[in-house]
Amino acid sequence: MTTLLSIDGVTKRFGRVTAVDRLSLDIRENEFFALLGASGSGKTTLLRMLAGFETPEEGAICLDGADIAHVPPNRRPVNLMFQSYALFPHMTVEGNIAYGLEMERLPRAEIATRVGEIMEITELSQMARRKPDQLSGGQRQRVALARALVKRPRLLLLDEPLGALDKKLRAAMQLELKRLQDEVGITFIVVTHDQEEALVMADRIAILKDGRLLQVGTPHEVYEAPASRYAADFIGVMNFINSAGRTIAIRPERIRLFPDTADRTVEGRVTARAYHGLDLMLHVATGLSPTPLVVRLTAEAADRRPVAQGDTVTLGWNDADTRTFTD
Amino acid sequence: MNASNARSTALMAPALAWLTALMVIPCGLILALGFFRRGIYGGIEYSFTLENFALLLDPLYAGIFLTSARIAGTATLIAVVIGYAAAYAIAAAPRHRQPLLLFLAVLPFWSNYLIRTYAWIVLLNREGLITQFLRMMGYEGEPPSLLYTEGAVIVGLVYNYLPFVILACYAPLSRLNPELAEASRDLGASAFTTFRRVILPMTLHGIAAGAVFVFVLSIGNFITPALLGGGRFQMIGNLIYAQFLTANDWPFGAALSMALIAIMLGLLTLQAMAAEKGAGERREVLDG
Repeated sequence: MTTLLSIDGVTKRFGRVTAVDRLSLDIRENEFFALLGASGSGKTTLLRMLAGFETPEEGAICLDGADIAHVPPNRRPVNLMFQSYALFPHMTVEGNIAYGLEMERLPRAEIATRVGEIMEITELSQMARRKPDQLSGGQRQRVALARALVKRPRLLLLDEPLGALDKKLRAAMQLELKRLQDEVGITFIVVTHDQEEALVMADRIAILKDGRLLQVGTPHEVYEAPASRYAADFIGVMNFINSAGRTIAIRPERIRLFPDTADRTVEGRVTARAYHGLDLMLHVATGLSPTPLVVRLTAEAADRRPVAQGDTVTLGWNDADTRTFTD
Repeated sequence: MNASNARSTALMAPALAWLTALMVIPCGLILALGFFRRGIYGGIEYSFTLENFALLLDPLYAGIFLTSARIAGTATLIAVVIGYAAAYAIAAAPRHRQPLLLFLAVLPFWSNYLIRTYAWIVLLNREGLITQFLRMMGYEGEPPSLLYTEGAVIVGLVYNYLPFVILACYAPLSRLNPELAEASRDLGASAFTTFRRVILPMTLHGIAAGAVFVFVLSIGNFITPALLGGGRFQMIGNLIYAQFLTANDWPFGAALSMALIAIMLGLLTLQAMAAEKGAGERREVLDG
């Protein structure tokens, strides 16, 4: 796969604060890429530099081989879907979507065709004449997406695209966004603080902390082989056990209950159990760590050997399923 | 009538009484006055006539209405351009500094209108500060004639009513989501196109409100044309003043006043309708 966007040693400071610190990252053609980080990690600043609203003090941002770091936002083949959607309230849905094409001075007939097409894809055709404040949250989100997609950018940036939607709609839209990205064949970079969202949607994830890049990899890689204790803690649920100056990390689903064979075993008391439908979460207090270990059992395993709060259980795991950090 | 209706009537009563006594009744008296004849030695002859209103259409007086409208219109245009730019700059300033800037914008209101207008005489007269400044810079010709010109009247009106435009335009500008301008740029618009297609349409009602204020207050003004125009530029306000206090023709003065009030009411009604239309659209959305 070819590289579309190459971020090379980019630094951005706001006064004394370094928001993005010598960050380098390559993003490939047609990729669904997620920038994941807590607030203050620099992910939004990075996105705004890609869109052209901030200029890096150092480093280069190359799109298709050309440095665009100092090109104004209206002159780069990059579009941004704003977290607030930023729909023009005085224009109709149709007017909002056509705006970007009018700026390209395309013939009227072509604008009408392309606007019609994208409204079809995003299921907005019935709303063409409505104003943004006559739409639901989910519909507004689709208008914002259509308005950016209709420009057929080389790169589409999405700032917390699902942040304003309720939980059920988010889950549906995660898959919907992925389907759309596939359909239009445009490279997406999504900024999110929601690790679950990043895992579900992205082809690759970059984890940012304090303006620096901690790790890049596929969802599988960052989940199964976190590069640092911070990354391990940030993505999913992780148990940490301190042992001789090192930290051993193990995922809840890798711990087994009453194992027949295991590299390590420990006894503990169940302090809490929570039923989640498909699986059961147990909190088990042991001597290994100050907080109880979280154990995730499938419903099937839980049925085989029912446990109640207060029971004493044996836990076990294999060394191959653990990660060791020295920090 | 239920209890809450009774309470709101009771609460409104003082204001209604005030308005009736000091607005409705005097205006009614003036209106009635317009339909009487002027007495031969001044005073009022109580016999019905439409002459005073017919006289409004006389080219001499219609011309004064047009001159007033031209001067007020020019002042409005200049005040809107300067006021909108100032409001834009205030809205773009750091949030914590905006109250101070707004305070500075309305500071002149704390001194008397007459004093503010006299200040312009000090500046503009032939031996005034502007002439002195020009001399200091090495100018040796005739002092410029600035005072007692139409320009001086317009400057005085713009200066006095500018804060209204700034306040009226600041409100919508400060509420504007800055991401809208960014979105416009992101979609390929230049800074100018962004202003013309996004910022201006979304703040137009502020401009309209400010413009109506300036126009209505300017067209009826009589102090500024009297002091800065030197009586050479008669506006409706001066004419009305003259009818009541110099010519002693109260009935014609009343007819002029009514014509002026009609123009003002017409404009204010249009402005209120525009504002109501905007509010109505928003309500429709909430109900729908």
